[in-house]
Amino acid sequence: MLTQRAKEVDRKPMTFLESIYLWNIMKGMGITISHLFKKKATINYPEQTRTFSKVFRGLHVLNRDEEGRENCTACGLCAVACPAEAITMEGAERLPGEEHLYREEKYAAKYEINMLRCIFCGLCEEACPKDAIYLSQTFAPANYGRKGFIYKKDDLLIPHPIENKEAYEAALGDKPAKN
Amino acid sequence: MSEQHIKLPEGSIEKTTTTLNLGPTHPATHGVMQNILELDGERIVSTEQTIGYIHRAFEKIAERRPLAQITTLTDRLNYCSSPINNMGWHLTCEKLLGVKTPKRVDYLRVIIMELSRISDHLICNSIVGVDAGAYTGFLYVMQYRELIYEIYEEVCGARLTTNMGRIGGFERNFNNIAFEKIEKFLAEYPRVLKEFENLFQRNRIFMDRTKGTGAISAERALNYGFTGPNLRAAGVDYDVRVHSPYSSYEDFQFNIPVGTTGDNYDRWLVREQEMWQSLSIIEQAYQKVQEFKGTEADVYHADVPEYYLPEKVDVYTKMEALIYHFKIIMGETDIPAGEVYQSVEGGNGELGFYLISDGGRSPYRLHFRRPCFIYYQAYEELTKGAMLSDAIMTMSSLNLIAGELDA
Repeated sequence: MLTQRAKEVDRKPMTFLESIYLWNIMKGMGITISHLFKKKATINYPEQTRTFSKVFRGLHVLNRDEEGRENCTACGLCAVACPAEAITMEGAERLPGEEHLYREEKYAAKYEINMLRCIFCGLCEEACPKDAIYLSQTFAPANYGRKGFIYKKDDLLIPHPIENKEAYEAALGDKPAKN
Repeated sequence: MSEQHIKLPEGSIEKTTTTLNLGPTHPATHGVMQNILELDGERIVSTEQTIGYIHRAFEKIAERRPLAQITTLTDRLNYCSSPINNMGWHLTCEKLLGVKTPKRVDYLRVIIMELSRISDHLICNSIVGVDAGAYTGFLYVMQYRELIYEIYEEVCGARLTTNMGRIGGFERNFNNIAFEKIEKFLAEYPRVLKEFENLFQRNRIFMDRTKGTGAISAERALNYGFTGPNLRAAGVDYDVRVHSPYSSYEDFQFNIPVGTTGDNYDRWLVREQEMWQSLSIIEQAYQKVQEFKGTEADVYHADVPEYYLPEKVDVYTKMEALIYHFKIIMGETDIPAGEVYQSVEGGNGELGFYLISDGGRSPYRLHFRRPCFIYYQAYEELTKGAMLSDAIMTMSSLNLIAGELDA
């Protein structure tokens, strides 16, 4: 023995009662039958859903500020932080007259996440210095082809907070609107 | 059709054994691994283990990733207890970087690690039951694995591939819901575990199936390099938590359950007793966490601004924090050159991380010491001469997990 803490497991031979098959079956059935009267642990999934924790890491959302302008400045930190190399983006400069669309002078003209590569680790959310990307509480995407899993900016952007307030709030979930 | 059209291998007319491919996609292997069995009737003459079906070259990938991103690779080793792998990796990094974690972080880590040990043993033990034909126990304990996963979800946001914790601590403090759920687990789990024991431990059918099958002596087990519950079942009380304590395990009182013969029944019993020990460790750690007062009660990470990301609010408002934020995420904070080995008592044995750094942004070389890989080598010896159905139970009671086996 290497330590003083070892404790041998109980391996005593079967008693006469334990060696009777019928007794074993009765004992097992007793436990099973007692479970018949317990509360069900399952839910009817597509109809009912359970609420996830506030920090649940589901599908990504590209955030807008309260005036509906996109937060993303295409700095590329999320793409650098991504261990699965799922994020690609192209930046562009904001032109005069587009101030109502983009919050900063630079914005993401193209933003793609390959959901087949994504491992939902949440490192992109952690990396974002502009509160532009976060992981929502929705999950289980479905599609007919592999192409459909490459989410474009249109698929990722949150609905406009003024034009479509209800959808915006639903998509925002439990996240605070502004950091 | 004449005889010459049928091309039989040399000497195959005399061949009296049957070749059976158990795996790689056989439901009884619980993972993508292949065993080529030679059977004489139902008795196993020889076994050939094949590995590599889900080899994902993690060690090679890790050579191109900054330390924080390697955590996501460790999730996918033993996915029944991924938080232990995460914490083990953070401990390795902290050893290399010379980071000292506060006591509260250590205790929180102990809670999470012991919870994941319970979830791992719960799966393993109930799967042994499933392979013996007793499905019921497996279904009943699933509810409590679910509760453990809900605790993970409150802490890190995911359930299976957790990516939990950061270098120096946790990404966020435990919220009240997490503590409530831990309390609920502590209150309800003993009853469930007792019921689970009632279903299996003294059941004649289960004892007949497991006693004496897949036995290995302590000497052979040590020669193979067994660790964890499988070694303890053979009678050697080796436990990394006791022999080289990490994460303040020296502050806790617990026993090391050991078996005598190293057969499937002993392995099952050792895991069962370890769950009780883990439960008592969680209780102690939870007590210790509750005892912190004042500012200490909110500490959830070490003070290492070079490696731990600043608060998001500071990043939005302060220049200094923004600079560090960019530096850490882009991997611009170089890690010191050096060589470290850190092992943790994983769900199924000693999980080691051997990290060599030449001072760049990513490891020069990283090796995972995966216990499954070592157990699997002994599989032939354990199953020689056994019945086919015993071989399947031996595989599940070794707690072989393909993700860890192949890495």
